[in-house]
Amino acid sequence: MVTETQPRGAAMRAARRRREHVRRLLTHLGLIAFGALMLYPLLWMLVSSIRATEQILRDPSLLPNSFVWQNYTEGWVALEHPFHHYLLNSGIVVAGSVVANLLACSMAAYAFARLEFRGKRLFFAIMLATIMLPVHVVIVPQYILFSQLDWINTFYPLIVPKLLATDSFFIFLMVQFIRGLPRDLDEAARIDGCGHIGIFVRIILPLSVPALATTAIFTFIWTWNDFFTQLVFLTDPDLYTVPLALRTFVDSTSQTSWGPLFAMSIVALGPIFGFFLAGQRYLVKGIATTGIK
Amino acid sequence: MATAVKSRRSGPDAPERGRPARPVSPERRQGRAAYVFLTPWLLGLCLVTAVPLGASLYLAFTDYNILSTPNFTGLDNFERMLGDERFWAACAVTARYVFVSVPLQLVFALLLAVALDRGLRGLAFYRGGFYLPSLLGSSVAIAILWRELFGHDGLVNDALAFVGIEGQSWLQNPSTALSTLIVLNVWTFGSPMVIFLAGLRQIPEQYYEAARVDGASRLRQFWHITVPILTPIIFFNLILQTIGAFQTFTQAHVISGGTGGPVDSTLFYTLYVYQQGFRDFDMGYASALAWVLLLVIGAVTAVHFVLSKYWVFYGDD
Repeated sequence: MVTETQPRGAAMRAARRRREHVRRLLTHLGLIAFGALMLYPLLWMLVSSIRATEQILRDPSLLPNSFVWQNYTEGWVALEHPFHHYLLNSGIVVAGSVVANLLACSMAAYAFARLEFRGKRLFFAIMLATIMLPVHVVIVPQYILFSQLDWINTFYPLIVPKLLATDSFFIFLMVQFIRGLPRDLDEAARIDGCGHIGIFVRIILPLSVPALATTAIFTFIWTWNDFFTQLVFLTDPDLYTVPLALRTFVDSTSQTSWGPLFAMSIVALGPIFGFFLAGQRYLVKGIATTGIK
Repeated sequence: MATAVKSRRSGPDAPERGRPARPVSPERRQGRAAYVFLTPWLLGLCLVTAVPLGASLYLAFTDYNILSTPNFTGLDNFERMLGDERFWAACAVTARYVFVSVPLQLVFALLLAVALDRGLRGLAFYRGGFYLPSLLGSSVAIAILWRELFGHDGLVNDALAFVGIEGQSWLQNPSTALSTLIVLNVWTFGSPMVIFLAGLRQIPEQYYEAARVDGASRLRQFWHITVPILTPIIFFNLILQTIGAFQTFTQAHVISGGTGGPVDSTLFYTLYVYQQGFRDFDMGYASALAWVLLLVIGAVTAVHFVLSKYWVFYGDD
């Protein structure tokens, strides 16, 4: 591709490389500045969670210049129950949701990815359409149904639908993944006498660990953050989850208790941050596979 | 995906070759197995999705407060909407939010993805940092943070005071309250950015080399190579984020204390549905509102698909 005479070409290449260096440096500086701006509020909330409330309102810096641990101890007991009560409630809902999604969505995904059956194309299209269905359109009849089952103010309305594979986004994610697995292994297992359940349990599930991990992490984060369905189905303060407890905290306190409020917000964000650090690889891959097909 | 194509070619769907004939054909056995695997999903589709969807369509034509039986009222709920100022306020708020925040969010996502592409050092580090807000953005904790940031004594006003601008109470002012939520949505540009990054990786490097040989500037390369090739992914992100933005609830609920105030300036549509259905228990009207939302989302998506013919380029064109 280099058609110029050698000496001039070399000089130009060196100049271009220098320019390239400067450009990269500027890119890095720009990205760091922009990233710092984006993450500043988060870091500031973290630092502020150990500041006194009056100081939070005056001090925009990130220097951890005071250590008011009372924010955490006060915030922990500020509501009707100690905060670990709400963490436990959220934990139950999240654990149930993760197990339910892993089971139900992987089963449906296996059928869509590997088996031929009547109505497959239609069902697949319906499954995709339900990903986009707003929950608000079905929430009123669901509420009526669950109240007739006496399930309002229990965790069932938050977990049982997931046991019935209603989070179809994850079916889609796993279908995409399973389709990418070589079929030769299924064949080999079949020749060795495995039925469909055997193939699913012994071949597909073990090979799908990355997709299952993505499902588990996303289910965790989305359920942990979920507010709307928990707000509708849980009205008893004993059953409040972390988001509902925080909302109550905002309503119940005057403007002056930002310290404890920030402290409990940091506690609420902690598990998401932990899963983000541990599972970043799966998260990024999960988005990319469902996004690109 | 390459492996999927290959295996589909190499693995014919006649697995039972060479076995003794059985009373039930392999296709039918497979079909039966499929329905066993699909049972939970089919049950969920009926009980949790389809039946409630139909029921809410019926309730949309009734007066229903959960205590008495639904009372069929024809088109009353829809007529009521036409004269309902808060309904129109909710429509206006949601439309402004969707049509301002989604394009802004996608512009940031695309620009950052391009900046991160092409073997930049520390890619994973930057990507993680930019992606983190989109995991946290829908939480109550972040909405609480936003209440402080844009409050009268908040961090934003501190920063403005630092450069000599007098701030205001952004959340108390009806003309700025919605903007704070638009900023929050733009802040979560990380997940479309990750999708863009995956798409950028599919563009062959030779295209850019050829363009450089022809002396095309980076800007021209961006407009004439990157953007056209990415249009299907831009379209995908646009649809996904638009549908998501229509359903925004948590942040508006927390920031306004559930009211949608000040002066209904953050009365998101879903918040209004919630107020009607679960605060006033006017479930017939709430169902009618929800169905209108569904139809609007469907219509907007359909329009996007029609318009996409004019700007989305698939490889085979």
